[in-house]
Amino acid sequence: MIKSVKTVITAVRALRRNLMRAALTTLGIMIGVGAVIAMMEIGNGSSQAIQRTVASMGANNLMVFPGNFSTRGVSSGTGGRVTLTPQDAEAIERECTALKAVAPIVQSRTQLIYGRKNWVPNEITGTTPDYLVVRELEVVEGVPFEERDVRSGNRVCLVGQTIVRELFDGHSPVGHELRINNVAFKVIGVLGAKGANMMGSDQDDVVIAPWTAIKARVSGSSMAKTNQSAGAAAAASSVNTLSNVYPGSKLELYPEQSSIQTTNSPMQVRFVSIDRISASAISAADIELGMTQITELLRERHRIREGAPDDFTVRNLTEFTNALSGTTTLMTNLLLCVALISLVVGGVGIMNIMLVSVTERTREIGLRMAVGARGQDILRQFLAEAVVLSLIGGAIGILLGVGASWLVRTILKWPTESSPGAIVAAVAVSATVGIVFGYYPAWKASKLDPIEALRYE
Amino acid sequence: MELINLQNVRKNYHLGEVDVPVLKGVSLSVNRGELIALMGASGSGKSTLMNILGCLDRPTSGSYWLDGHEVSILSPDQRATMRSQKIGFVFQSFNLLPRTSALENVMMPLTYAPRHVSDREARRRAKELLERVGLGDRMDHFPSQLSGGQQQRVAIARSLVNRPPLLFADEPTGNLDSRTSEEVLQMFQRLNAEEGITIILVTHEMEVAAHARRAIRIRDGLIESGAYGVHGAMDGVHGSKAGSARPAAAAAAAGSKSTGGAA
Repeated sequence: MIKSVKTVITAVRALRRNLMRAALTTLGIMIGVGAVIAMMEIGNGSSQAIQRTVASMGANNLMVFPGNFSTRGVSSGTGGRVTLTPQDAEAIERECTALKAVAPIVQSRTQLIYGRKNWVPNEITGTTPDYLVVRELEVVEGVPFEERDVRSGNRVCLVGQTIVRELFDGHSPVGHELRINNVAFKVIGVLGAKGANMMGSDQDDVVIAPWTAIKARVSGSSMAKTNQSAGAAAAASSVNTLSNVYPGSKLELYPEQSSIQTTNSPMQVRFVSIDRISASAISAADIELGMTQITELLRERHRIREGAPDDFTVRNLTEFTNALSGTTTLMTNLLLCVALISLVVGGVGIMNIMLVSVTERTREIGLRMAVGARGQDILRQFLAEAVVLSLIGGAIGILLGVGASWLVRTILKWPTESSPGAIVAAVAVSATVGIVFGYYPAWKASKLDPIEALRYE
Repeated sequence: MELINLQNVRKNYHLGEVDVPVLKGVSLSVNRGELIALMGASGSGKSTLMNILGCLDRPTSGSYWLDGHEVSILSPDQRATMRSQKIGFVFQSFNLLPRTSALENVMMPLTYAPRHVSDREARRRAKELLERVGLGDRMDHFPSQLSGGQQQRVAIARSLVNRPPLLFADEPTGNLDSRTSEEVLQMFQRLNAEEGITIILVTHEMEVAAHARRAIRIRDGLIESGAYGVHGAMDGVHGSKAGSARPAAAAAAAGSKSTGGAA
């Protein structure tokens, strides 16, 4: 212990004798470590930004669809059976820890009317305020609706940019009333532009309202309508009638099941069903866990026996997720390569100067040997010098790197993310570089013959 | 009390495939407290003998006893320990560490001492030695700020810091003018007289050798004269081929003549 402290002190003294050379030697490591830290921070920032961007495209989203049924060989396809309830959505939100937000969804596609204009939007979505979190939507004007509006089925809505353009000629729609399927809804907010999604459909061509209002006053059960067998009755009831405006009349909130269907799935009659549940996982890594949690919870809630098939389907956006993790991995590897190259260059620099230093200090080495230094003492001393050099270089490099990334953040406005891991790694790597690249010159010094060394000119 | 005993030491150097004998069987003896001049022309084997005596090199054959230890069989590391404990070196070109204060230069050998010396103790010893060589007021000076004589005195202080019984001075005055040479040589004499340190001055200069009490002269790898001191001669004159025992004064006289002739 005392010995190693002494060795380090001797090394520092020796380095202090030639400050300029020591500084130049560490320059390589300094730049190397600095580059690593800066790259890691900037790279992490970019990577996070990319992840956020991809996540905002819905990469972390999970969708729960109702199951299907088949009658006499005719399958209904997804959503044929109505099995999801708003209570399911609430339970998922309450119990699935891997999820950030959960929103029940009721969909409709019908005509909007404002003044003399009309328009059929891409989607009319009935949901809860959480939907804005799930889809990462922003309200740029006005306010979003609240839980309270959902509970009381208030006729308020948020509209996308396309609706503003088509129905309101670009004027602010906030405070105006538009009619959805002849029912007046007050526009309380405008959504930020989101553009087209991957399939090319316009994500700004939307109306979002409390699902209770859409369910009760606009759509009935839209999924049921896709069921051709129930088509006629549903079509008849979807005609604009005053019964929607004044909902005194009884709504058909669940499709009538045939006796066979009832036998197949003897479930309790639900008062209200929803079309699907949309949720978003906390991060890309939580998607799998979220799916498992939802599946377990819903099987339990729906009282599905062991081995029996699910009466719902959970989907994720695998394509998106893969692209996301692919990008991240690529980014990390790229950074790692850059980091390694700069550190190797720095290490070679140290080796180079240490070799020169050994030659230049041959007489000193001879003298030290003459006064009693053993080969291993000399080896240790030169090794200590190399390690001290590279550690000092590493320390300054960390400051440089953090400073550089700070500059980039403040001047170029690039996102950066501090990474303590990179700092720890940089210190470890610079010490390793010192040992690895300092070993050869130190070994060479320790093998000098004291007589030759003393005579060296 | 015998400090150094060499028995029939030979040293060959390999030059390509030829073995060149440099020392051809040297036997000599040095007692504790002697002040000796080791003389010889260049190429005589003087440096080789000094390297072997200084434990920097090992003989090809023969045995070397230093302070009761057989040195010729030691490994390089053991010889390093030996140097650290028993021997101080003073060189012609001072060999001080540049850009290092006189004090730290003097302390340097203690770094490699086999027994740990605390920093405070090291400092104390170095100060004391620098004061003894008359540089108490220049401890913080760098070698470049010191004159040649002062540098050599720092080197002497450095050679003494491990308290060795034996001091080698290899042409200690080679780079000094005559006045400072005289000072340095007087310092050696004083150290020898007051501390009882055995000193071997390696030189080719007669004036330097005149400060010694005995001169060992070497020529062509053999001891020409002065292999044994007065006591050494009485202790036993065994197996010496080349060396012959003579009184120191006679040796010095003989040396004086031949050096004069060479010069």
